[in-house]
Amino acid sequence: MDFNHTDDRRMLADMAGRFVREQYPIEARHEAAKTDDGFSRETWAQMAELGLIGALFSEDAGGFGGAGFDIAVVFEELGKGLVTEPFLANLLAGTALTHGNDSQKSILESVVGGETLLAFAHGEPTSRYDLEHVDTRAETSGDGYVLNGNKAVVISGDRADHLVVSAQTETGISLFLVPANTDGIHVRSYPTVDGYRAAEIALKDVAVSKDALIGEEGQGLPIIREVIAKGTLAVSAEALGAIEMAIDMTLDYLKTRKQFGVPIGKFQALQHRMADMMTEREQIRSAVINAAGNLETSERDWNISALKNLIGRSGRMIAEESIQMHGGIAMTWEYAVGHYAKRIIMIDHLFGDVDHHMEQIIKMGRAA
Amino acid sequence: MDLNYTESEQAFQAEIREFMATKLPKRLADKTRDHKRLTKADMEEWHSILNEAGYLTGHWPEQFGGKGWNAIERTIFDEEMTAANGPRLVPFGLNMLAPVLMAFGSPEQQNHYLPRIANGDDWWCQGYSEPGAGSDLASLKMSAELDGDHYVLNGQKTWTTLGQHANMIFCLVRTSKEGKQQEGISFILVDMDTPGVEVRPIILLEGTHEVNEVWFTDVRVPAENLVGEENKGWTYAKYLLVHERSGIAGVGAALSGLEHLKHIAADQMKDGKPLLDDPFFAARLAEIEVDLSAMRTSNLRVTQAADDGAPPGPETSMLKIKGTEIRQSINDLTRRALGPYAMPFVSEALDAGYNEEPIGPDYANPIAADYFNHRKTSIYGGSNEVQRNIISKMMMGL
Repeated sequence: MDFNHTDDRRMLADMAGRFVREQYPIEARHEAAKTDDGFSRETWAQMAELGLIGALFSEDAGGFGGAGFDIAVVFEELGKGLVTEPFLANLLAGTALTHGNDSQKSILESVVGGETLLAFAHGEPTSRYDLEHVDTRAETSGDGYVLNGNKAVVISGDRADHLVVSAQTETGISLFLVPANTDGIHVRSYPTVDGYRAAEIALKDVAVSKDALIGEEGQGLPIIREVIAKGTLAVSAEALGAIEMAIDMTLDYLKTRKQFGVPIGKFQALQHRMADMMTEREQIRSAVINAAGNLETSERDWNISALKNLIGRSGRMIAEESIQMHGGIAMTWEYAVGHYAKRIIMIDHLFGDVDHHMEQIIKMGRAA
Repeated sequence: MDLNYTESEQAFQAEIREFMATKLPKRLADKTRDHKRLTKADMEEWHSILNEAGYLTGHWPEQFGGKGWNAIERTIFDEEMTAANGPRLVPFGLNMLAPVLMAFGSPEQQNHYLPRIANGDDWWCQGYSEPGAGSDLASLKMSAELDGDHYVLNGQKTWTTLGQHANMIFCLVRTSKEGKQQEGISFILVDMDTPGVEVRPIILLEGTHEVNEVWFTDVRVPAENLVGEENKGWTYAKYLLVHERSGIAGVGAALSGLEHLKHIAADQMKDGKPLLDDPFFAARLAEIEVDLSAMRTSNLRVTQAADDGAPPGPETSMLKIKGTEIRQSINDLTRRALGPYAMPFVSEALDAGYNEEPIGPDYANPIAADYFNHRKTSIYGGSNEVQRNIISKMMMGL
């Protein structure tokens, strides 16, 4: 047992951290978020060059990492900068592609290089967080399939070159890789409350060849579970990064903001709440370690749900307290802490909230 | 980062598991599992069995007769012992006084006292708190005045756990009223057979005799019993608090408490189904499991960092807060799992030799009393509020 990162991974974290700290000021982030893309293509290319996308994939998938701890350290640093570049979407869809045929896998190289963008179109307007709820249909037609259905809140779905789409086939849920410019795909792009981009995607008689299938027909669910497990780890680590920033800013504020003639950090009413915030941050850090270390074990799903439940619970406490303890200044757009709070809270809505994961844990406990 | 035990750690785990399976007396394991009262003889017997194998002091450095276990090995030992229902070790000599003597004691003190702790010749208790010095420990008043080659002690200690069994007590005493109150405190070792030492029981709210008052009236203690330097006792006491990081979280106790809770909840029925299947109950249980799973890793991270020589930080206080909150929530949920049968409490039923039919389920009797008894954990060892003060002070420096 060892809780120290390997040198390689520490270097990866340092490099990502330095880039975010030195070249990703929050003003530039807000500017990029306001553009039609919702991020800076130039920055994305720089990050690709640094190897930050490659770190998310294993060597046989064109990357040089891909382990739980690689994903965790990269996303923790991304969370500190509220990075809007489409890491999450490419992690999700890219992970699905690792189960594809050779031609599909070959796309990963340009994903890792930052040239090709992917998105994972799985959730639907009425599926909430149920991974098995897929109404989109793929009917066999000649030598291929025809897809019909609606995909909801597809993260970075508006700028993807290729979509990974889930659909019901005769044999069960299947995954397809579909070029985003295929006839019949209608993308409605919009911003999210925390400064990212997503899309509602309608599929109307979208014809694809048999080669578009990722893996075996009807065998999509295990792939989806793996994709969502990695995505949940990623956004939870991202939340940890945002939590660290929110706490650091709040701590700074307690030391410098004066009221009644003293720094407000002198007040025990605030001190004890800050102590609780820091205690929960360490709990979350431990839960990230547990989930990252169990990504390839039979304990994966329990540890992922435990992590996400804790993020939903303690993350919310930290986000709300960060705003409350700052007071009015945190309510302004100009001051950064509110943006961190928004990201932490909205991560509760990605891949299952606090109650959803509580329910998963209970179900797993009963099965055991 | 590697969450798996290495081969040598696995071998160590197997060795401890084998030891517990063969050497832990069934009578002691049953008592511990059923929350029965352990007698002084029970505790001494278990210490002696462990000492014979060298495990009692396994975490001590080799130069003091230990095996020099690292944090992971110590954690493995604690978890295996708890899982096997081994009685909890009495920490006062073993884990509280011993590290102070190793760091600050004279060679004579080390050579005399450390083997006696290991061999069970001395039973130590802790003389820190006073009636007027609880969370504000540094305000303690018990005086020690030098008179020739003796200190003369006058005052009162309280909350002295298992002091009724002890023959020795280590005390924080006031040797100076000059300067800051922390600067006039000394650390001294007292033989409880000395004339003028009197132990009076304090009965706790659930009716047990666990703690005591210890009164000192003109107690003459040889000056060589002073540990380290005069007026440096506060430093030694603090050293203990920050360096004794393993165990403060109580992971082993929480894990076994959780197992017991699940066992009870599987047996208790609600609407014709096990309570374990009730969604409200299951949600409360799941939340505890999530918190405990994270804390177990937090505890390992902190103890490993200590092994690697990291300077003490606020993490110890965080573990104390989180650990006691989790254990108290387990006690609370266990109490509620029993329904009306949480209420009957026959104190004698906790003693060996009680042969009457239990009232309600056989596991019910001690549960509510345990719940009340464990309210102490967030009060002692620096109340959780004091821990929050420590964290704030370290982080904010205000």
